[in-house]
Order: sequence, then structure tokens, then C-alpha cells
Amino acid sequence: MLRLPTFTYLQPTSIDEALKMKQDAGPDGMYVAGGTDLYPNMKRRHQEPKTVISLSGLDDLHHVTINPAEGTAIGAGTTLSEIETHGALAQRYPVVTQATKLIATPLLRNMGTIGGNLCLDTRCNYYNQSYEWRKSIDFCMKKDGEICWVAPSSPRCWAVSSTDLAPVMVALDAQFTLIGTNGERQVPAGRFYNDDGIEYLTKRPEEILADVRLPAANGWDATYWKLRRRGSFDFPVLGVAAWVEWDGDTVRDARVVLGGVASFPKLIAAASEAIVGTDLNDDAIASAAQAAFKPAKPMDNTDFGLAWRKEMTRNYVKGALEELRNRHRKA
Amino acid sequence: MASGNGDALRVIGRPHRKVDAVDKVTGQTKFADDLYLPQMLYCKILRSPHPHARITSIDTSTAKELPGVKGVLVGRDIPIAFGILPVSQDEHALAPDKVRFIGDPVAAVAAISEEIATETLDRIHVEYEQLDAIASIEQALANPEPRIHDYGDSGNLHKLVSLEFGDVEEGFEQAYLVREDLFFYGGSTHLPMEQHAALASYSADHKLTLWSSTQTPHYVQRALAKVLEMPASRIRVIACPNGGGFGGKSDPFSHEIVVAKFAMMTGRPVKITLTREEVFYCHRGRHPTLMWAKTGVTKDGHITAMHFRTALDGGGYGSYGVASTYYTGALQTVTYQVDRYKFQGMRAFTNKPPCGPKRGHGTPQPRFALEVQMDKLAEQLGMDPADMRLRHLVPENSLTANYLRVGSIGLGACIEKVVDGSQWRDRFRKLPEGRGVGLACSSYLSGAGLPIYWNNMPHSGVQLKCDRGGGITVFCGSTDIGQGSDSILAYIVAEVLGVDPFEIRIVTADTDLTPVDLGSYASRVTLMSGNAALQAAERARDMIAPEVAQKLDVPRDRLVFADSRVFDSEDPERGMTFAEAVQAAEGALGTIGTVGSYTPPKSPGRYRGAGVGPSPAYSYSAAVAEVEVDIDSGIVRVLKIWIGHDIGRCINPTTVMGQVEGSIYMGLGEALMEDMEYRENFHVVHKIPSMLEYKSPTTLDMCEVETYLISDPDPNGPFGAKEAGQGPLLPVAPAVANAVYDAVGVRIDEVPIMPEKVRKALKQKASGKEARYGPTSFPDIPWPEPIHVPTPWEGGDGKALQHEETTTGPPPERQH
Repeated sequence: MLRLPTFTYLQPTSIDEALKMKQDAGPDGMYVAGGTDLYPNMKRRHQEPKTVISLSGLDDLHHVTINPAEGTAIGAGTTLSEIETHGALAQRYPVVTQATKLIATPLLRNMGTIGGNLCLDTRCNYYNQSYEWRKSIDFCMKKDGEICWVAPSSPRCWAVSSTDLAPVMVALDAQFTLIGTNGERQVPAGRFYNDDGIEYLTKRPEEILADVRLPAANGWDATYWKLRRRGSFDFPVLGVAAWVEWDGDTVRDARVVLGGVASFPKLIAAASEAIVGTDLNDDAIASAAQAAFKPAKPMDNTDFGLAWRKEMTRNYVKGALEELRNRHRKA
Repeated sequence: MASGNGDALRVIGRPHRKVDAVDKVTGQTKFADDLYLPQMLYCKILRSPHPHARITSIDTSTAKELPGVKGVLVGRDIPIAFGILPVSQDEHALAPDKVRFIGDPVAAVAAISEEIATETLDRIHVEYEQLDAIASIEQALANPEPRIHDYGDSGNLHKLVSLEFGDVEEGFEQAYLVREDLFFYGGSTHLPMEQHAALASYSADHKLTLWSSTQTPHYVQRALAKVLEMPASRIRVIACPNGGGFGGKSDPFSHEIVVAKFAMMTGRPVKITLTREEVFYCHRGRHPTLMWAKTGVTKDGHITAMHFRTALDGGGYGSYGVASTYYTGALQTVTYQVDRYKFQGMRAFTNKPPCGPKRGHGTPQPRFALEVQMDKLAEQLGMDPADMRLRHLVPENSLTANYLRVGSIGLGACIEKVVDGSQWRDRFRKLPEGRGVGLACSSYLSGAGLPIYWNNMPHSGVQLKCDRGGGITVFCGSTDIGQGSDSILAYIVAEVLGVDPFEIRIVTADTDLTPVDLGSYASRVTLMSGNAALQAAERARDMIAPEVAQKLDVPRDRLVFADSRVFDSEDPERGMTFAEAVQAAEGALGTIGTVGSYTPPKSPGRYRGAGVGPSPAYSYSAAVAEVEVDIDSGIVRVLKIWIGHDIGRCINPTTVMGQVEGSIYMGLGEALMEDMEYRENFHVVHKIPSMLEYKSPTTLDMCEVETYLISDPDPNGPFGAKEAGQGPLLPVAPAVANAVYDAVGVRIDEVPIMPEKVRKALKQKASGKEARYGPTSFPDIPWPEPIHVPTPWEGGDGKALQHEETTTGPPPERQH
């Protein structure tokens, strides 16, 4: 069987203690929450921490705090199952509930947390392989090697952002709270991610993602469309998060964000521009879909062929925006 | 047909739980990996990182000295070759000189922990000289050198088959319509839940015991005897309950031999459990198969001639491949009458994990081609495809052009059931755009007529012991791989001896304790071990009954065995318990034990190659699939499958339904998504050897199924039973492909039917080109001169025309 390597497991009881433990462990230390991403990766020797610091016992990270006027804070340690079944969240932020339900399987959602999903390691089918497999073709630059097998002449890693919640959070312009040894800071979701398969987070390794702050739920609507092979269980090969703020029947502001097509959740400004000021008519939607189709640059490192995945960008952006329009017209 | 006990059947045909159900659902079943012995060592295997290379040196000196390491093995330590078929003994436990695919075993370590064994693999230094890799059928044809093996029909072509029954060209001339079509059936793997595991132990008196997740303990015993140069009488192989097999545990495997060798070397028990990735490398799954089919029909759809060509991508070793190749041409003739038939098949060696038998073994590929082609032919003739099939069914008790003896055939009833159930006549070609229905049929063996190695002994044996306490123990070599074969033994014996099936003890799959059964493959177990059990039970009844008749003073023929009693049918009060009956018999005759065995009837075919295809009975299936196709994406959703399956007679309808629905599930995976993908231009590495990325439907992706079981007892089956485990998979893929055509008017002549392919075909259709996705050419293959066999209706006797076989037939099959 594929076994976990030997490591030391620490269970801090406060955020401060966790930060201290990380400081002591240095680069060989890693945080873990639900473990649904880290442990399989450790079995394949993608990450090889000597010390694993569990965040799952920290009550400060485990809450859903709803403030109708200012917004909502979700502790990063809240499990995906808790989010998906949270009635008040579903009422105010149905897009979050909807996207959460599309992650992995019920069993994995019982363990996995929102923070873990937002920090999900980028994926690539040259990378998400056992040590022996990677050794047989020679290691890639994301772990142990020098080259990117997806694009061998490329100086960078093209592993894919595969989190379902990241595009949603960028579309909603959520704020993330990070706690480090130097204190607390807030970053907008859009600046939490880098377009790089290796350095895909702007978070410093010792920082802990403490919570996710959603804007107050008024005047806007959003949806998330996920393309994957099986409806039951799969990472996205394309995720489309669309957010619009209505002013009467006119779109005042909008954000269209693609997941699964780059190393980070990709905000498509041109798609947003195509619909702002319109009533989301067919033409506006078509130009937004075209605007999203053009820069979508799937690589041959996930399920399905890349040409088809690119083509689907158009369909899914169109579908998501039509859903928002139809909901508004109905309301 | 063998009868039960009295007129009414009390156990057979009724729903029962499986005898191992409680153990399974409460987690008590001991699979091979659940076994631990004192002092046990753990084994890991180092595998080749190259698809094709010569091993120039192996240095194990560092590895051997590591603390905790108890043994290291390389190829020269186990030099004798093995393989499942006598004609392809081309595998080694560890590659002695050459590796043939990424994942080919090269060296092995036994250590006191799995962690140490794993870490030690990195300390074995192997130098390779790389050779050009052969990644596809086309490359195998184009590159006879470097040869992957130094045997085979030519270059990298492992096997070439050419058979002609009657003159097909004459048949095409008589046809009203002739079609030629190309098809491709992608490779897929078994994906059993349980990864292979094996544990070996060697006793102080030099006896070897191997527990393994295998479907074929008898063949594993033979391979061990050969490779370890030990008499089989000192080797005991116990097949543990398999957590799924589907054909993937039917070969003797490298890891089984390696742990046996380590146990002998170290005197300690040694266990190995493969990783999921290693299971992908063991493979032996569906051969990717390119097909060309030329079929001529009369105006009403009668097939005057069929010429079928297949090219199989075999992977790096022989495995069952020679049989697989013949199977791609064997069963085309058993559903609809075919007047003249020609088959040419080729299996290529490629540098990939070896292909072999997966559920349906070699027959789903040609069945896909045939059933899609039937749909095209029916459309061109302006006939309903259901009617066309119904009109030309093979008659019961007949011989086909290639000398297969068809006994019972319930295919007509299967078609009628699914046509009615799906409201076919109101819906075929009448549903709105994007919705469609498709029909396909199939047939499969209930056991192969011939054993894998030539012998004239029974294919299955049963010993039965009746205890004076009333207990019954059934001993049989058959292996329960989840299909319920242990339960079948219990039901059959319970029926004959009139006891509760759950009171019977079943001892199976242990070469020391049980008589030989050839294994759980070819859908043979219910029919063959069932017949053996039936014979043994009837013999026990015949031993017991006269003594009871005497004691009760009742004529023998009035005795009934039922409700754990033996009694007078005319005066049920007059009787005794089954235990008392056994005591009466034991007092008179001594210990009550019987044996039963089964040997299939001789097949009428006498030509070379006639050994593949014959079966005591053929099962039949018909299916209608209803699909929804999204035109914008090409995504196909299967909404429902209606399936009719001719089971002969159900021993247990619940487990039959389970097998039928499980087959549909697996068929849907092959139809829609499963794909053994390799990075062909890059090292021929398996693209996705993991359960997450090798896409297979989950239970939530399964469609609704309506199953109709057709009872038409076959004289060769126990109580008339035929197979259920494989046949129902076959119609699924072609039914889906035909439904896609009905829905959106494009032909997808290739599985898996992925959205990309549908989308491409739709685009072609929109631009006025051929509305099709599929292969566009069939390679030139140096076919040997066919063996000519006159058909039965030409006065043939099953033999090839003499002069041709001796002068131009293929070379004799080599023993390697």
C-alpha cells in the first residue's frame, strides 16, 4: 500500500501556540486542517513535512458569524459539510452553499475545511502521481525536478488551481484574514493567489488563514458552474463564478472568474466589462462568453482534452450569466 | 436437465441472501491483506521506469546490508518463465534481462516493515540500455525491430489468425446490401476495489502455502510448481475471498511467486499488498481493439456473409492474449444467422502493461462493432432494428458457420421484453432532438468448452461430506470473487438434500482441501461447479435414500428430502430428520461422502482455433438505452437502460439481478469514460494510474435500470442455469452508441463515447461532412492464408480442408 512517511504530529490549542510551533519547526513544518489534500499528497511525497501542526482543534477558526449589515465571517476551520448544511448561509449566500456542495464527496466534505479548500495545492497530472511514477519520467519542477512536463520549454510551473471556492470568493470580493507572528492582516481574495503553479499563494508559509469575510448580502447575485467528468466526484476542469450587482434591470458591476484553467482563479475583466451597463441581454452575454473564451488557456494536464475544455468556457460563462439574468427577471 | 427433489423447487429460483453476506457486511471477511502471521515480513517490488530497455546491471549490495532487510531478489534468482497459456510462457517473476513496460517487475525486497522495504527500493541500482518503445498497433506493424519478444508470429506481431467458413466473397455477391465499417474499442481496466495481495509461508517440512487474491488458485499452483521447481503436491494455494476480480486476478502474478520465493529463502511468512498504481500495471484488462467489419445482407436483413478483422493492442506480454484474439472473432455467429463467415485477427506486442481477460473477454469489442453495424444496416434497409434482429435469430439446437453448438436461445424474448418496456415502437426515431433510444444484443459463454492447458480431466470437482450430526460440507476448488459462487454450491446441494442452504458449510478455493475447479473465469462456475455439486448431492441422496426407505418401509421413489427431513410424500408424518437419515446410511455403508465432477460436452469444431468459442450453453441479452445528448457540449447522459437477460434458469434471482446490473454499470463505464491512457509520445507512461483520475462511474453516476430475466432452462445447465456475470455488459456500449445516433444523428464508432468526440462529430455534421467520429483506416496486416472450413450446410464436418491446413496454415503454436 501507499503509506504516509513518518512525521511528528502536533496539536496546538491556540493560534499563538500553532504559530510558535511552526516557528520552531521551520520550513519542515506544515499546517494541516482536514488533511484531505495534504495527507494524500504526503503519501505521494509531494510535501514532506517532518512536523505537521493540526489546526483542527482551534475553536477560533471554527465559526460562522453572520452580521446582516457588515457581512459574514466564516472561520477557516469550518468543515465543508458544516457550510453546506448551514441554513442562514444558504439563505444569504446560496452561491457559497452551491459551490461547497460540488466539492469532492460527502465523506471528504466531512473532513475538509473551507480554509483547506482555499489553500488547495495546485494540481497537474504530471505532478499528482506517486514518487515512482514521477521518478520514471523524471521529476518536474513543482517537486524534485527542473522541468515543466506540460510545457517543457516554459520557465514556470503550469499546475492548475482546482479549488471550487476560490473563484467564488474572488467573484464575491471576499476578504481573507491572515494571522502571522507579526499580527493580523486582511487581503482581498483576488490578491491571495499568484499565477504560478508552485508559488500559488501570496500567504507566507507561517501565516494561518483564519477566516473568510463575505460582503453583506444585498443587491447582488452570483452563481458557480462546475465542469467535471462525474457529477458525483471530481475536481473542476473548469469553474465559472459569476457575480453581478443589479441597479434596477441594469448591471451596475460584475465579475466573471474562471477556475481550473490557470494556476490561479482568473478574473476576466473583459467579460465583466461586456455586461456592465447592460440588462444581460443575449448579445451582452455572448460577448462576455467570447471575452472569457479568448484568454482561457487550459493546458494538457487535467482530465479531458484542452480544446474541448476551452470551448466549454464559452458555454459555461453563457450558462452562468443566463442563470443570473433569468433569476433577476423572475424576481 | 437435472431435476430437483420432487416437482416443486424449494431453494432454486427463490431469492436468498448470499452465504457470506453477513460476514461481508459486518466486515468479518478476511481478504488476503487482512492476514497476519507471526514473524511476517513485508515485500515491495521495484519496477521498471522504462517502457523498453535491456538491463545491463543490477547492484543490490547496499540494499542487502540495510538494517531490517531480510532478502533481495532479482531476475536471475527466479529464472524460469511462466504464463497463463502454455503457448505464451513469456513472463518472469522479475525481469532477468529486459523490461517491456513501465511497471515491469525488476527486483524485490523483503523487510521487517513495509516502510523499510519501500525505502530499500531506492537503494537498488539498476542500469538500463534503452530500446525504442512500441506504443501502438501501428508502431508494432511498422517496426518489427526491436522485437519485444523473441517469439510470436512475426516481428512484434504476437498472433495472427485467419479463418474462413464458406466462401465469403460468394456470400457478398448474393447480398442486396454490403457495408464496410471501422470501429475502435478503447482499453479499460478491471478496477476491483481490492488491490491484489498475497501471503506466503514455508513450513519446516518444506511445504509452501500461498494465500492470494486470485481467481484461479489451480493455475497459480501450476505456475508456482513450474517456477519454483517443486512438486505441486507440496504447494497449497488458497484463494482468499476476492474484493472483485473481473478477470484482473486470473493470471499467475509476479508478486505471488516473489513472496513464495522469499518465504522459502527466509523461512518467515512474507506478505505483499500492491498499491493501486501497481494494480494498473498488473492490468490484463480490455485489449484496445481496432476493427473492420464487412457485412452483406439480403433485403430483409439476413446476413449472407460477414468478414471481420480485428487488431489488438496486447501490451508487453502474452497473458491470455492468444485466446483474447480468437475471442474477438468467435461469437459473432451465435446471435443472428450468418451464412458465411471470415475472421482475421492480430495481436500486437506493445510496451504497455499486458492486456488480458476483462469481463466479456475479447467479445465486447466485436459485439460493439457488430451491433452498431446492424443499426446502420437496418436504417439503410428501412427496417426497424429490433424487427431485423428478431427475424434472423439463430435457431435453437443448431450449429453456426464456425461450428459453435447453440442450445437454448432466449434472445427473441429478451428483445421483445426491452422493446415493450422501453416503448421502443413509439419512441425510436420519434423523440425530440437531443433525446434518443438505441438497441443492441449480445451473447456470452457459460464456461469455455476447453481448459487452458490440454487435459481430459473434469473442469470442476466437488466432494461432499454428510455428517452424522446432519451437517453437510461441500468442498470445491471454485473461487468466490464476489459473484456468489459459494452460495450457488449451497443452494444446489440444499435443494437436492432438502436442507437449509445456510446450514451447509462451504469449503472452497484451497488446493489442499478441495478438488480442482479451473477458476472463476469465462462465466463457468455456476454451470460447471454447479453441475459437479448437483452430481455429488444426487449421489449422496442416492446413498441415503435406500437406507431410509428400508427403515421407514416406504418405497424409495416416494421419499422426499425437504425441510431438513426425509419423509414419505404420501404420509409426511412418516419420516426422520436428515441427521437420522445420515445415521441410518452411515450405519449401513460407513462414512457418507460423495464426489461429483463436470466435463463439458465435446465441441463439433475440429479446425485449429476451434477451441475458442465452444460452450455448454450461451446466455443472451438485449438492451435498450435511452440517452440525452447536450448539443452544445457533446455530453451524453444515459437516462435509463432496459435489459433482458436469458439466464436459462435463476439459481438465485437476486444475485442474478446483481450480476446483470453490475455488468451494466461496468458497461456504462466503458461506453462513456473509462480509458487506459498512455502518454504515447512520452515514454509510454500510464497517464492516470489512480482511482481518482482513471474515470469510472460511481454509484451516483449510475442510471436507472429495468431488468427482465428470461427463463428458458438449458439442458446443460444445473437446473437449466446459464451465466449472468459477463454477457449483460456487452450490449451496453453499442446500445448507447445507437441511442446517441437516434438522439443527434451522429455515429460515434468508438468507445469511450467522450463529449469531445460527440462534439467533433456534431461539428462535422453541421458543416456538411460525415456525421461520424471513429477510426478512418485499418492497417495492412500480413494475414496468413486462411484456414478454410466448409460450413455445416455445405456438408462440412467441422474439419478444415486438409491440404490447405497442412500447406498454408499458420505455423504451429510454439511452446515457449
